[in-house]
Amino acid sequence: MSWINLQAIWKIVVFGLVLGAGLPSLFAVGLFSLSKGPRAQPAGADGADSDVLVGGSPVGMVVAALCFLIILAAIGWGIYEVYQIGHPAPTPPAK
Amino acid sequence: MLALVVVTALCFDFTNGFHDTGNAMATSIATKALGPRTAVALSGVLNLVGAFLSLAVAATIASGLVDTNLVTLTVVAAGLAGGIIWNLLTWLFGIPSSSSHALIGGVIGSTLAAAGGHAVKWHGLVSKVIIPACLSPIIAALVAATGTYLLYRISRSLTERARNHGFRIGQIGSACMVSLAHGTNDAQKTMGVITLALIANKTVAAGSNAPFWVILSCALAISLGTYIGGWRVIRTLGKGLVEIESPQGMAAESASAAVILLSSGFGYSLSTTHVATGSIIGTGLGKRGAEVRWNVAGRMATAWVFTLPSAAVVGAGAYALAHGIGGTVGVVVDLIILAGVVGAIYWRSRATKVDHKNVNDEWQGSAAPAQPEPAAA
Repeated sequence: MSWINLQAIWKIVVFGLVLGAGLPSLFAVGLFSLSKGPRAQPAGADGADSDVLVGGSPVGMVVAALCFLIILAAIGWGIYEVYQIGHPAPTPPAK
Repeated sequence: MLALVVVTALCFDFTNGFHDTGNAMATSIATKALGPRTAVALSGVLNLVGAFLSLAVAATIASGLVDTNLVTLTVVAAGLAGGIIWNLLTWLFGIPSSSSHALIGGVIGSTLAAAGGHAVKWHGLVSKVIIPACLSPIIAALVAATGTYLLYRISRSLTERARNHGFRIGQIGSACMVSLAHGTNDAQKTMGVITLALIANKTVAAGSNAPFWVILSCALAISLGTYIGGWRVIRTLGKGLVEIESPQGMAAESASAAVILLSSGFGYSLSTTHVATGSIIGTGLGKRGAEVRWNVAGRMATAWVFTLPSAAVVGAGAYALAHGIGGTVGVVVDLIILAGVVGAIYWRSRATKVDHKNVNDEWQGSAAPAQPEPAAA
C-alpha cells in the first residue's frame, strides 16, 4: 500500500497531454487547413482583418474534416472508456 | 433522520454545482463563445449526464475515507453542514475553492469529533485526496500551457479574428467536455456521502454502490445548482486570473476535461476547481505576453489550504452541538442554524450582486464589479 500511485500519475500526465493538448492542437490543424485556399485572407493587415474561416481549397477541407472526425471519435471513445471504468462491481476489491 | 440527512446532502450538491459552474464555463463566458445563460444551461444538462457516467469517485468517498462502522447519521449531517457553510463563504468572496475538500473536510471533522483519530482512514485521505489535490493543478497547468503554445503556433497564419472565430466554436465542444467531466467527479461526491449515510443507517451494506435514486437525485441537484450559476466565481476565474482569448479558453478547457476524466477513472476525487484554476494559469504561462495575476492566484491558493481544516472545524463544531443536544433534535437544531447562516450569507451577497449581466465587466481587483476592495489591483 503506497502513499502515492506513481503509475496512475504518469498515466494521467501522458494521457492528459495527448488528449488535453493533442486534441485541441488537432483542432487547430483542422482550422489551419480549412483556412487554406483562394478565399483566405492574409494575416497581419490591421483593420482589414476578416473572420472568414473557410478558405475553399478542397484538399484543405478534406484534411480539416478528417481532423474534426478524429477528435469526435476520440471523445466518443473516451466517454465509452470512462463509462466502462466507472461502473465497478458492487463490492470493491480487497485492500 | 435519514431523510433530513439526504436533503442536506442534496443541498450541498446544489451549492456544489452552483459553486463550480465557473470551472466549466468561466472561460467560455469570458471569451463570449457562449452567452452566459446558454452556458449555464448547457453545463447543467451535461452535469446530469456526467453524473451517470462514472461511479468510481462515489465509491472512494463512501468507503475510502472514514471507517463506515463508526459513522452515524449525525456525523454525516454535521459534516455536510461544514461543507455547505464553507462553500457559501468562499462563494461570497468569489473564491473558487474546492467544494470537494469542503465536503471531505466537513465529514472528516465530524468523524474526528465523534469517534477520534482512528476512525479516519488517513492513508486513504492522503493518497486519494491530498496528494491529488497538490498535483492536479500542476498537471493541468502543464497540459494547458503545452496546449496553448501549440494552438498559437499552429494557427499563427490565420488572421486574429478568424482564429478567435474558429476557436470559439471549438470552445463550445471543450466546455461541454468539462461539464461532463465535472458530473463524473463532483456529483459523485454527494452520492458517496448519501451512500455513507445509508450505510450508517444500515439501509445498504458497507461497500455498496450508490442506489439508482441516489444517483438520479444527486444528478438533478447538481445540474440545478449549475444552472442557477455562481456568477461570482465565474467572474474571478474568467476575468480575474488571466485575460483569456478563445484559443487559450479552448486549451484550458481541454486540459481540465482530460485531467478530470482521467482522474475520475482512477477513483481520485480531485477538486475540479483546482484543475480548472491550474489550467487557466497554464494558458497564461503558455502564451507569450499574457499576464497571470499571481495575487489573485495566491489568494485562491490560500483559500485552498484552509478549505479542508476550516470545513473540518465547522463539521466538528456542528457534531459537538448536535451530539450535545442529542438525537434528531440535535440534528434539527444544527440544520436550523445552518439555514440561518445560509440566509445571512445570501442577504450579504445582495449588496454586491454579480449576475449574468455584469459577469464580464472589466476586472478591477475584486469579484464584485463596482465595489472597491483593498485586496488586489
